[in-house]
Amino acid sequence: MLEDSCLSGHSTGDYVKINIGPSHPAMHGTLRVVAWTDGETVVKADPEIGYLHRGVEKLAEAMTYHQFIPITDRLNYCSAICNNVSYEMAVEKLMGIEAPEKAQLIRVIMMELARIADHQVCVGILGVDLGAFTPFFYLIIQREEIYEIFEWYNGARLTNTFGRIGGVEADLPDDFDQRWRELRPNLIKAIDETDKLLTHNRIWMDRTIGVTTFSAEDALNWGFTGPCLRACGVKRDMRKDEPYCMYDRFDFEVPTGKHGDVFDRYMVRMREMEESIKIIDQAYKMYKELPADAPLMAKVPKAIRPPAGEVYNAIETPNGELGFFVKSDGSDKPYRLKIRPPCYMIYQAFPEMVKGEMIADLVACLSSLNVIAGELDR
Amino acid sequence: MLKDMVQGCLGPLAVCMNECQGDLSVEVSKPQVLEVLRRLKDDPGLGFDFLSDLFGVDNSDLHKKKPAPKKAAGEGAADAEPEQPGPLPPRFEVIYLLLSLKTNKRLQVKVKVPEDDMTVDSATSIWKAATWPERETFDMYGIRFKGHPDLRKLLMWDEFPAHPLRKDYPLEGLGEERHLIYE
Repeated sequence: MLEDSCLSGHSTGDYVKINIGPSHPAMHGTLRVVAWTDGETVVKADPEIGYLHRGVEKLAEAMTYHQFIPITDRLNYCSAICNNVSYEMAVEKLMGIEAPEKAQLIRVIMMELARIADHQVCVGILGVDLGAFTPFFYLIIQREEIYEIFEWYNGARLTNTFGRIGGVEADLPDDFDQRWRELRPNLIKAIDETDKLLTHNRIWMDRTIGVTTFSAEDALNWGFTGPCLRACGVKRDMRKDEPYCMYDRFDFEVPTGKHGDVFDRYMVRMREMEESIKIIDQAYKMYKELPADAPLMAKVPKAIRPPAGEVYNAIETPNGELGFFVKSDGSDKPYRLKIRPPCYMIYQAFPEMVKGEMIADLVACLSSLNVIAGELDR
Repeated sequence: MLKDMVQGCLGPLAVCMNECQGDLSVEVSKPQVLEVLRRLKDDPGLGFDFLSDLFGVDNSDLHKKKPAPKKAAGEGAADAEPEQPGPLPPRFEVIYLLLSLKTNKRLQVKVKVPEDDMTVDSATSIWKAATWPERETFDMYGIRFKGHPDLRKLLMWDEFPAHPLRKDYPLEGLGEERHLIYE
């Protein structure tokens, strides 16, 4: 498994081999890293993935297009709504239809709520992994409130199965206005409190600044997208660069970092939550201007049989570019469906990132990348 | 527009081009794939400098499903000569999804891989992003990538005997079991 050439002349016997995971609280459930260490320093790390491999792409070939939507919940289960919308938009593109304006706005509102929830989990868990337990509670209580909104929209909290191919199944309930007005200040307060607890905290800064820095050039070479790429200083966000769902009509910033270290990834996520709140405000304002009986679904046949062809469609999910490649042979099931998970591309650079770092920083790095085994292994 | 630019950049290297709902794809022949990828990356106008994804497709069911030509009624279907089966088109396909960060355009590059020669040159020398996708394609289809630094199985375990995303592999599996060997 380990080539001698990687260890610059030393044999594996000179180093201590440590197996971390897959059942380890710091390894987020099902990740495993085999690390060769020299004292506390990681000489080489070899991530092994596939412990949560369920064969999602093979399953897709045996399911109709609508049946596959609940499976997409199980990719990045922290923000299932973004996965649902990405898949639905890929099939819509293959069929050559577009969801009506109102459905797109509901999608934007729900996706941005999911983005906030996802970032809250990521930042909270990053704190827990580094020994700061309190901010986790500040964030997770507000995430609970977001999940209340999801639950009250269609009954599901985590695995939402949101939307249908061609639009959304239901309008926002009447009291969304009141719910959002209650939630909004609490969200801002939670982000503020976390910011006060962590950002200028001496211990936090020592543990995160300069840890596993990554250059923009390397990040692009390795296929990084999302907050991890923006932390390296590349201003790329698909919501701005390849706008979909009317994102070009919202006014928001794309926060970037400079060094691509754990601290920058944390800061980018913190600031993205604030931007998401701005987007929800604007989207809801546009939503209210639409007539109450505006359509929620495009004209979609009952049995979906897209014409033969193949398309790739991607959107910006909390972790980065989540794409679906759908190949149809004209039948009611996808002939081939390939998922492009964002953290899969990021995690493959993990050995290069942690080389020469401490073991404790390996945990910090893994946590800040927000590797979700569900979308990593599919 | 993009089609003409890609055509101009690749010239005779582009075997055929196709467009589906605005997604442009170009098919190239297997020995030239690395040269094509390099040209697309270095071309100043196109600048496809980002490898979004890389994966395989098994087209064997598509070739099988080709509907038989309909015979007109009363033409004596019994004594009609059975159609000579021509050579089947290559079974596998490797698709590269490229993105240009400058122009935000996307392009699919396709390579046909016949069953009797399942080796493709590895793109890891151009993009490191190809490392795991190539390992996964090897795992799922058995396509080998020449020049890959570490071509091991990625998602299935090392002793797994089959390539599960091939169309002739059943959905329920073949009852393979993993026997853990503790070192």
